[in-house]
Amino acid sequence: MKPAAWPRGDPGATRLLHVDPAAHESSGRRGLVDGRIGDLRLLLREGDLLVVNDAATLPASLRGVTEAGVPVEVRLVGSGRGGAAGDGEAGVDDEDGGGGCWRAALFGAGDWRQRTEDRPPPPALGAGEELRFEAAVARGEDDGPGRPGRPLRATIASVDARSPRLVSLCFAARGAALWRALYRAGRPVQYAHTARPLALWQVQTAYAARPWAVEAPSAGLALSWELLLDLRRRGVAIARVTHAAGLSSTGDGELDAHLPLAERYEVPAATVLAVAAARRRGGRVVAVGTTAARALEGDARSHRGRLVAGAGTTGLRLGPAMRRRVVDGILTGMHDPGTSHFALLESFAPRALLLEAHAFAAERGYLGHEFGDAMLILDNGPEVRALRRRASTAAA
Amino acid sequence: MDIHGRGVLITGASRGLGAALAQVLARQGARLALVARGEQALGEVAGAIRAAGGEAHAIVADVGAKDEVYPITGAAAALLGEVEVLVHNASDLGPVPLALLADTACEELERVLAVNVVGPFRLTKALAGPMLLRQRGLVVHVSSDAAVATYPRWGAYGASKAALDHLARTWAAELDGTGVRFFGVDPGEMDTAMHAAAMPDADRRSLARPEEVACKLAQMIGDDTIPNGARLEAAAWTAPR
Repeated sequence: MKPAAWPRGDPGATRLLHVDPAAHESSGRRGLVDGRIGDLRLLLREGDLLVVNDAATLPASLRGVTEAGVPVEVRLVGSGRGGAAGDGEAGVDDEDGGGGCWRAALFGAGDWRQRTEDRPPPPALGAGEELRFEAAVARGEDDGPGRPGRPLRATIASVDARSPRLVSLCFAARGAALWRALYRAGRPVQYAHTARPLALWQVQTAYAARPWAVEAPSAGLALSWELLLDLRRRGVAIARVTHAAGLSSTGDGELDAHLPLAERYEVPAATVLAVAAARRRGGRVVAVGTTAARALEGDARSHRGRLVAGAGTTGLRLGPAMRRRVVDGILTGMHDPGTSHFALLESFAPRALLLEAHAFAAERGYLGHEFGDAMLILDNGPEVRALRRRASTAAA
Repeated sequence: MDIHGRGVLITGASRGLGAALAQVLARQGARLALVARGEQALGEVAGAIRAAGGEAHAIVADVGAKDEVYPITGAAAALLGEVEVLVHNASDLGPVPLALLADTACEELERVLAVNVVGPFRLTKALAGPMLLRQRGLVVHVSSDAAVATYPRWGAYGASKAALDHLARTWAAELDGTGVRFFGVDPGEMDTAMHAAAMPDADRRSLARPEEVACKLAQMIGDDTIPNGARLEAAAWTAPR
């Protein structure tokens, strides 16, 4: 599928493919309807619950130099020291950026303009190595006025057993000073399919709160407050989780095989209540994005199938064999077969239907990747018939 | 609303009304993200609050700069968890000494609008989203008498504050019933550095102390009965019983 190279000016123009596994199974009908994101007003009904990931996106790509002056790009993976022993668990430290320590992936020469897999490996760095990062503005990559920025420094605390590219990094600054330095030195993580350098505001959802995500929780980019408030007025509840969405690619096959790494999440008490209320009313729980789904299902899995409020980490990989405990449907971007995100969707619909949906969408010009179009995988309700009638009238 | 334990972001917090409000809210147990350009003055305000056992984070940034909006809101959310109250207090007076519009450089007017109107709009836009998700939040706009009355030589500032008032009313109208509330306050004439810059010959004894106005503002923030979209005058405010 062709990737979207740039954020859409009008999120309302996002196309929405409704994939209806129940219709597909019961009647042998295709169970695919081509629409727009605003059709959520018809596809969701009173009593349903939409759960978004409210993590803001960090400027997680930092350009630095080693002690020997060798350039290296660091992409933050998640806050906290964890994972250094290769146990797959992220350490959850304080709110303040893990006491200044983060897990990070190292990249060699070049930048986002090359495909990550085409970039040379990063210099081999050991524990104790100091890295210095310059402010993004000083490199002339930003439109902002040149500001004097103090260089940000960090020390490699440890190297992960899974890959020499995965390290634990501790910054010298703390608190507000660290955040200021990170925002000055960092840029959004982006990939070779994008057209130009992205600004930080282009990778934020309309409800972005704590900066936990190192890549945008992109399914939510299609949601405007016009649409969300309208859904609320129609009786669709909206709740949130915070999930530290991680890197989708490091360019290192061995390390990529471990993705997604364990990521921290938080489920607020209000969301647990909202899920219970939706269940009571016969409503359906729809996760916005794979990260929201992983937080909800990962949390339930950690608590014997019950959703419990609180913070934790999850390395859960959803897949075909996965029995879902919380989430009934998912609003997601378009993912290509063979990717880990596509495998995740097999938890919501059979592979054959997903392949058919992908071909159907590609044929109709849907766009893929984080700024692309959307897909709702959710069993049919009576409301959707009106939409289908409308579509067939338009076709006739 | 009991302010104790709540996350509050105040712009222009290094001096005058902003610094005084920070002190008052900190005494009431609020957790503060303080924003200003001047690193040293802001650090002193935050340091004094921390020394007294309060929580205050000094976020050095320019409210008028587009690329500093997410650095401000991201740091505040990371450090406070939730920003539940946003106080737009930072202001740019424009050309000093105050000038006739005919003598005001276009760039000076642009800077005033950037700090007093566009900056608050961007910050609200970035922080109202999470407030809407939580169905709870308050945004306070510090306005001025110059937004309503017409004073020669106050054109840039007055126009910006009139625009800010209207922005506040429109936010309130659009998001009425969502749990996110808005109001504006005319603090009146205060004995501050800004007032001295604008009117160096004023009789300072006739001016309100920023600490008194800050106490009233803190009462307003705590008063959930203030109608959404209201514009209040500190001079006319009496404490709720």
